[in-house]
Amino acid sequence: MIFGLEFPPISHVVEWPTLFGDGPFAVNKVIILMWVSAIIAFSVMYLGGRKQELVPSGMQNIAESAVDFVENGIILETIGPDGLKYTPYLLTLFTFILTCNIWGLIPGVQMPVNARIALPAFMAILVWIAYHYIGIKSQGPIKYFKNATIPPGVPKAVLPLVFLIELMGILVTRPLSLAVRLFANMIAGHLLLVTFAVLSQALFESTYVGAVAPFALLVFLSAFEVLVAFLQAYIFTILAAVYIGGAMHPEH
Amino acid sequence: MLQTLAQQAPGELEAGLTAVGRGIVYGGAAIGPGIGIGIVVGNAITAMARQPEAAGMVRTTMFLGIAFTEALALFGFVLSFIISG
Repeated sequence: MIFGLEFPPISHVVEWPTLFGDGPFAVNKVIILMWVSAIIAFSVMYLGGRKQELVPSGMQNIAESAVDFVENGIILETIGPDGLKYTPYLLTLFTFILTCNIWGLIPGVQMPVNARIALPAFMAILVWIAYHYIGIKSQGPIKYFKNATIPPGVPKAVLPLVFLIELMGILVTRPLSLAVRLFANMIAGHLLLVTFAVLSQALFESTYVGAVAPFALLVFLSAFEVLVAFLQAYIFTILAAVYIGGAMHPEH
Repeated sequence: MLQTLAQQAPGELEAGLTAVGRGIVYGGAAIGPGIGIGIVVGNAITAMARQPEAAGMVRTTMFLGIAFTEALALFGFVLSFIISG
């Protein structure tokens, strides 16, 4: 309650009724949006790669710019040329997260899939498995954990403390912060938009002209949320690439 | 006056204190990362202005720094939801 304005509780903003199924297999709006995002992300890449022409057009343009962005903007900047074999995984992460986030801005849908923590948490666990697997495969298990937990050039006196911090970092903090970063950014944006939408509606019903300022801000914030949706997909992918790169090449 | 103040519905005090606690948690969690992101972006802009040809590399590293710094504020944001009366 702010100035007599009834703000819906958070559970009403992000929880959706079950459409069919029950228990862990219950399907609601968010799950359906997740499926649709997966289909969209897949079909853009599939249709873009089906007929490859020298001068790209239409769908091939979108697919090529996405691949180019992930290869040049993310992998070559963080892992290096030998990380290019992980392009399919990182490209999938990027396109899927971006499609999931954009749902928050589509009128009539307006629910970012990543505003529920289940999907970010699952993707963070996949990244966790991926970088440990790649590290163990490329360095061997003992060398990998030694290189990951004992940074070079640390004085002997603080080594136990640094060891514990680094161990917590690779086992708990990295996946936790990866999941929470994406989830919290999306839910914060969603709540911001809901707040200004509720405010605009209440002011429009009572005063008509009073709604101009919050509505203008709502439009501006929607544009800002497009940027956030893109940026969070980029940051999730680049952090996954940094973790994989760190597992492949130890610090010297 | 005191009697009017003392009249409250059961659970009202808890709800009010929960709201205050949420505000303190998020506000406190936002101070450090706010300063930190300012330092990160400010230094990145200085670096880009001094060496525009290195702007691409600086920008990537800047986003990484922002992501790591921002995580603390977001933990506070999520924690403020978890607190319930």
